[in-house]
Amino acid sequence: MFEALQSRLGEIVRKIAGRGVLSPQDVEAVLREVRMALLEADVNFRVARDFVEGVRAAAVGQEVWKHLTPGQQVVKIVHQELIRLLGGAARELRVAAAPPTIILLVGLHGVGKTTTAGKLAGYLRRRGRSPLLVATDLKRPAAIRQLEIVGDQVGVPVFARHGETDPIGVARAAVEAAVADGHDVVIVDSAGRLHVDDDLMAELTGMHSALAPHEILLVLDAMAGQDAVRMAEQFGARIPLDGVVLTKLDGDARGGAALSVVATIGRPILFVGVGERPDALERFHPDRMASRILGMGDMLTLIERAEGAVSAEAAAELERKLRRHQFTFADFLEQLRQVRKMGPLEQLIEMVPGYARIREAGASVDEGQLSRVEAMIQSMTPQERDTPSVIDGSRRRRIARGSGVTVQDVNRLLKQFEQVRRLVRHADERGRGAGGTRSRTAPIPKEADRWQ
Amino acid sequence: MSSGSPGWFARLRTSLGRTREAISSRLDALLLAPPDDAFFAGLEEVLIASDVGAGLSAEIVERLRRDPGARTAEAVRAALGTILRDLLGAPGSLSLDPAPAVVLVLGVNGSGKTTTIGKLAFRMRQEGRRVMMAAADTFRAAAIEQLELWGERAGAPVIRHQAGADPAAVVFDAAQAAQAREADVLIVDTAGRLHTKVNLMEELKKMDRVLARALPGSPIERLLVLDAGTGQNGLAQARRFHEAVGLTGVVLAKLDGTAKGGIAVAVTRDLGVPIAFVGIGEGLDDLVPFDPAAFVAALLTA
Repeated sequence: MFEALQSRLGEIVRKIAGRGVLSPQDVEAVLREVRMALLEADVNFRVARDFVEGVRAAAVGQEVWKHLTPGQQVVKIVHQELIRLLGGAARELRVAAAPPTIILLVGLHGVGKTTTAGKLAGYLRRRGRSPLLVATDLKRPAAIRQLEIVGDQVGVPVFARHGETDPIGVARAAVEAAVADGHDVVIVDSAGRLHVDDDLMAELTGMHSALAPHEILLVLDAMAGQDAVRMAEQFGARIPLDGVVLTKLDGDARGGAALSVVATIGRPILFVGVGERPDALERFHPDRMASRILGMGDMLTLIERAEGAVSAEAAAELERKLRRHQFTFADFLEQLRQVRKMGPLEQLIEMVPGYARIREAGASVDEGQLSRVEAMIQSMTPQERDTPSVIDGSRRRRIARGSGVTVQDVNRLLKQFEQVRRLVRHADERGRGAGGTRSRTAPIPKEADRWQ
Repeated sequence: MSSGSPGWFARLRTSLGRTREAISSRLDALLLAPPDDAFFAGLEEVLIASDVGAGLSAEIVERLRRDPGARTAEAVRAALGTILRDLLGAPGSLSLDPAPAVVLVLGVNGSGKTTTIGKLAFRMRQEGRRVMMAAADTFRAAAIEQLELWGERAGAPVIRHQAGADPAAVVFDAAQAAQAREADVLIVDTAGRLHTKVNLMEELKKMDRVLARALPGSPIERLLVLDAGTGQNGLAQARRFHEAVGLTGVVLAKLDGTAKGGIAVAVTRDLGVPIAFVGIGEGLDDLVPFDPAAFVAALLTA
């Protein structure tokens, strides 16, 4: 539903590409698109305004307009600035010199505090810690029960006092119990509260002075809008926030509010919630978040993985073969294996820009299909792999039997392979006809420092 | 339903006033000057800050700029109010005849479904209806218990299975029970689901089909609960839920904070689905019929 910033800028750049000199109006048009893209991703309007100012200054200072692809230069600057705003490198959880480490989770209603408490407890337990969960949401019906079930799922005990009405008292008692039982981390789940609710905010202040937590984490919904900044400011005015946990990032929300909160309170995102399973909690990666806000997918990670799996020489060799129309099943098999070295297909495809739209159209990936293709090629003789035209009816039956698929599957593979070869030939001819084959949508290079 | 509580906006203001010192309205300050470029830019920011969305905000301001009748600040204010009320349309009302009527409540995780249902059940009990509830959120920990506690408060029995049970089966049993016990309304609590999860959206469609089949002739209201703090993703949510089951109304929950709920304007404009209720607090009676005029007034107050 959102135009990716890249394609939006691309449009403008195409319009003005013919001109040798870019006017100040052209510059403004590009910046307007940047602002719109940020706002549509729920970046707070004030943050967006300051941000665009920053990009304008950087763009002018570096004279990006003289560059061959000014649009892409701007995207690069925006991307780098976003990463910087998102706090650069991820930070580890603090650990108290004298255990237990006390972690307090706070936030609005329904942002995912209880779920996060459970995931965090499981995360720490898997890393050899001995956490204790504490239920201090004594207001919402069945909130204690929810934490007890969640704790059970991750194998972490829950400290709860049913019928109790004083959350601070419960938290205090829990810390004592943790010390007595040798727990080294105490995770306190608090009730959801509005930042304008004086009584509940005062309670939070009381909780802070009673517990002196080592980490106070603000839990933030990735789908939050413009008000998130005000909310975070008001929480921060009552208790010192140390970091942010961003939840529900497994949907298609771009999470611009998270960037705004981080930029405003100056505290990093430590974790992101990425699913309903108890272990769906991940460390935060500013670069990936920046790409997401820009609607760029996660090309950087994808490129990184590709570089890890494919050597430059192999890539050059492949290109040479494709151009000379010497691409064979042996090469195809090699390609397939390299792709699979990069990780599960489902994960890879999610990094592709515009994937959300593909998924909306109902497309899905079938990892098993790749295995079947691999098996079919492995059942071919070297001659068949080099010269697929020799594969007749009886050879097809043999390949099918050898790889445990049907003859129809083999037919389909042969047909698709021929189509790919034809496509490559076709694209190559067209590319030459147009006077060049260089892609206009070159990926963003990794060197960051050039624009800072 | 009529907008039976003329005082809800006043109540909203008082509940907010607890802590919020009277912030001078950004819009009021703006309106002191005659409308120029800076004025319109400021107006656009007020709308964007309310989560109306950058695109729609720009569109609204463009209409105001071109409006020959809006040449003074006061005229712009009036025209803006008209545009927004126009986009919001009439408030939604639930059709509950013939009994047993079904109200299927859906939304993403944490939007406020279960709390809304508790308040809705209480409201309908106050109107003298016999209300039953179906605990079809069998996934989230303690969701069933949470609904049962609301059921006790509101005076509505809850049909439930074990945690992890097939929600469609719960819904089927609840439909049978609603018929057998001659309930007027069956309110169905569903698990929170992100609109991008294909399997969970299919599960929702199945519940919807089961209800239609089990209670032929009964009206089915399909209410989307939208957190007032939601940003532009709210539009994607509404679209996908609408595609899945055909929404009949929206409940804007958690409007008692400082979030303005401007995403509701974009949603009603885009889908034509009316807003039926707003949630303005944690009390049993804190669910009130949507009042567009009061909503617009609150939207334009900083």
